[in-house]
Amino acid sequence: MQLLRTYILPRIAQWAVVIFVGVTVTFLIPRFSPVNPIDDMISRMTAFQTIDPQAVVAMRANMEDLYGLDGSLLDQYIAFWRRLLAGDLGPSFQNFPAPVSEIIGAGLPWTVGLLTTTTLISWLLGIFVGSLVGYFQHQTWAQVLERLVIVIYPTPYLITALILLIVFAFYIPLFPMVGGAQGSPALTWNYISSILRFGFLPAMSIVIGGFAFRFIMAKALSTTEIASDYVQYAELAAVPKRRIVMSYVIRNTMLPHVNDLALSLGAMFEGALIVEVMFGYPGLGSKLFTAIGTSDYNIIMGITLLSIVGIATGSLIVDLLYPVFDPRVRLR
Amino acid sequence: MLTTIRDLFRFSLSFRFGSLILIFVAIVVVTSFFAPYPPEKRRVVPRKFRGDPPSLQYVLGTTALGQDVFWMLTAGVKNTLIIASIAVVIGRGIGVMLGMISGYLGGAADRIIQSVVESVIVIPRLPLLILIAVILKGELTFVSLGILIGILDWAYPSKRYRAQVLSLRERDFTHTAIFSGMNTVKIVIQEHLPFIIPYMLADVVSGFLFSIGIEVTLSYLGLNDLNSLSLGTMIYWANEWSSIFAGKPWVMIAPVTASIIMVVGFYLVSIGISEYLDPRKRLVRLQAHQADLALELEREGASSAGVAVATAGRKEKDE
Repeated sequence: MQLLRTYILPRIAQWAVVIFVGVTVTFLIPRFSPVNPIDDMISRMTAFQTIDPQAVVAMRANMEDLYGLDGSLLDQYIAFWRRLLAGDLGPSFQNFPAPVSEIIGAGLPWTVGLLTTTTLISWLLGIFVGSLVGYFQHQTWAQVLERLVIVIYPTPYLITALILLIVFAFYIPLFPMVGGAQGSPALTWNYISSILRFGFLPAMSIVIGGFAFRFIMAKALSTTEIASDYVQYAELAAVPKRRIVMSYVIRNTMLPHVNDLALSLGAMFEGALIVEVMFGYPGLGSKLFTAIGTSDYNIIMGITLLSIVGIATGSLIVDLLYPVFDPRVRLR
Repeated sequence: MLTTIRDLFRFSLSFRFGSLILIFVAIVVVTSFFAPYPPEKRRVVPRKFRGDPPSLQYVLGTTALGQDVFWMLTAGVKNTLIIASIAVVIGRGIGVMLGMISGYLGGAADRIIQSVVESVIVIPRLPLLILIAVILKGELTFVSLGILIGILDWAYPSKRYRAQVLSLRERDFTHTAIFSGMNTVKIVIQEHLPFIIPYMLADVVSGFLFSIGIEVTLSYLGLNDLNSLSLGTMIYWANEWSSIFAGKPWVMIAPVTASIIMVVGFYLVSIGISEYLDPRKRLVRLQAHQADLALELEREGASSAGVAVATAGRKEKDE
């Protein structure tokens, strides 16, 4: 009960605040911009054909109604929330009248699959390798690895993906360049192996970036940890080094990593978006890219809202799992 | 300030490398002012040299459209840095202000600001940035892009400044100042700002890192002033004209390499500064200073010991 009151409820309240702030910002941005999306769309329509002015006025009223742009700002805001809670993100401008939720829904499984796999791999790998390097920091291999990470860490996901694409899909054509899978979805070896083959380079790009971040944190934490008395005692007692790292250092530095996983989800998601664009991977990133090209605000808005809700929920889940790992929170 | 920079050079390998890279970048930026023609202009390279790989005359090669990649790159680096600087100034400005308000006021104001800051940290920024940039598509300039990146990059910094302010507020010298009747503004400016400035420095550097990455990313998506040169738009056009497929990889390699070198340079400098701010490292440095002083003492002889003690005092103050 204590836990519920001091930890879980405040965390859920925070989640609600995140979504409230995010949705409000997303609502306000297009409305305060100097460019009106409807004007923009009408001018694109009338650029190639002449339309009766009365029809234009009618069309505008119709669209304002459709996109929830009529009434005062407050009315619009309430209507915005109402539609959002009903899961209605409006129609797509470009593929009229296909609803945005349908288009996004088609891309969602790809992104979620790619993101969960890569987040887990890079998180575990980063903690493991980072802690090892922190413990054996005077060895040559550790120093080489560290220098390598110094170059990888600040490099944007886009550039990592670009280099991997050029090298391993064009110059050394090991992997396909564009797409998510081959053939029709079925539980056959062919289809599943094609998912792995198509997903490998995108996944690598995200893993490399996420790994570098986790590596740096794990290395810093384990460097601090190995200065503590118990590690020195274990060393004096000739406990095998592997055991010191695996059972003591990593376990004792785990908590900040769990805590930080929630915060790094957003960055990983952004990486995934841009990597999907690079590889033409059929997830949200590609949908977003197409929408950018055609100025399809509703889709971009839908993806923005979805990512805010998704990331907030993801980090809420990670944070709610935190007491499982940390008895100090659990038994306070 | 000078002592700080000297110490950084002396004790931090990464700072040394990083600042060398940044000096090199600065030279490239200065070079851009000596371009013989506007670098984005097409058909300035004689016809027979168009689309050539790097040579002595055209160090980084030329594009099939008759541009010299070297001059394009110098302008691109300069413009990317301009965008990043605008973003950094705005982002850090908001961050410092919110962090200080939140830290000094405390109470309800602090709680409200913090819950907003916590939310903004969690919200993924790229989709929001894309949403705004798409709406402003036709009107995007370097300045507006910089402002845009800046107004979404203040949450983490403000949290860090708040933590700094909170710790400074509890220090003994703050209490001394308050009890001796110093007014708040004076305490903030004279006593606390000198402690915050080094953090700001580290923060500004990492702000550059973020902004360069975002600029490249947004430009690749076509959300920048595509007629001007920046590292991102160069990558965009190299991709758009499929330079790799056309067998002209140098058009792509130049901006990609330049962006990697630049971010690595900034990152190394930021590592150097944060190492410098680390109290454990500071101890090592102080010990080295004392060793220096001991050497000086030996050299100058015991007679001038008084002078050495005085210099020691001054050095401590410089710290």
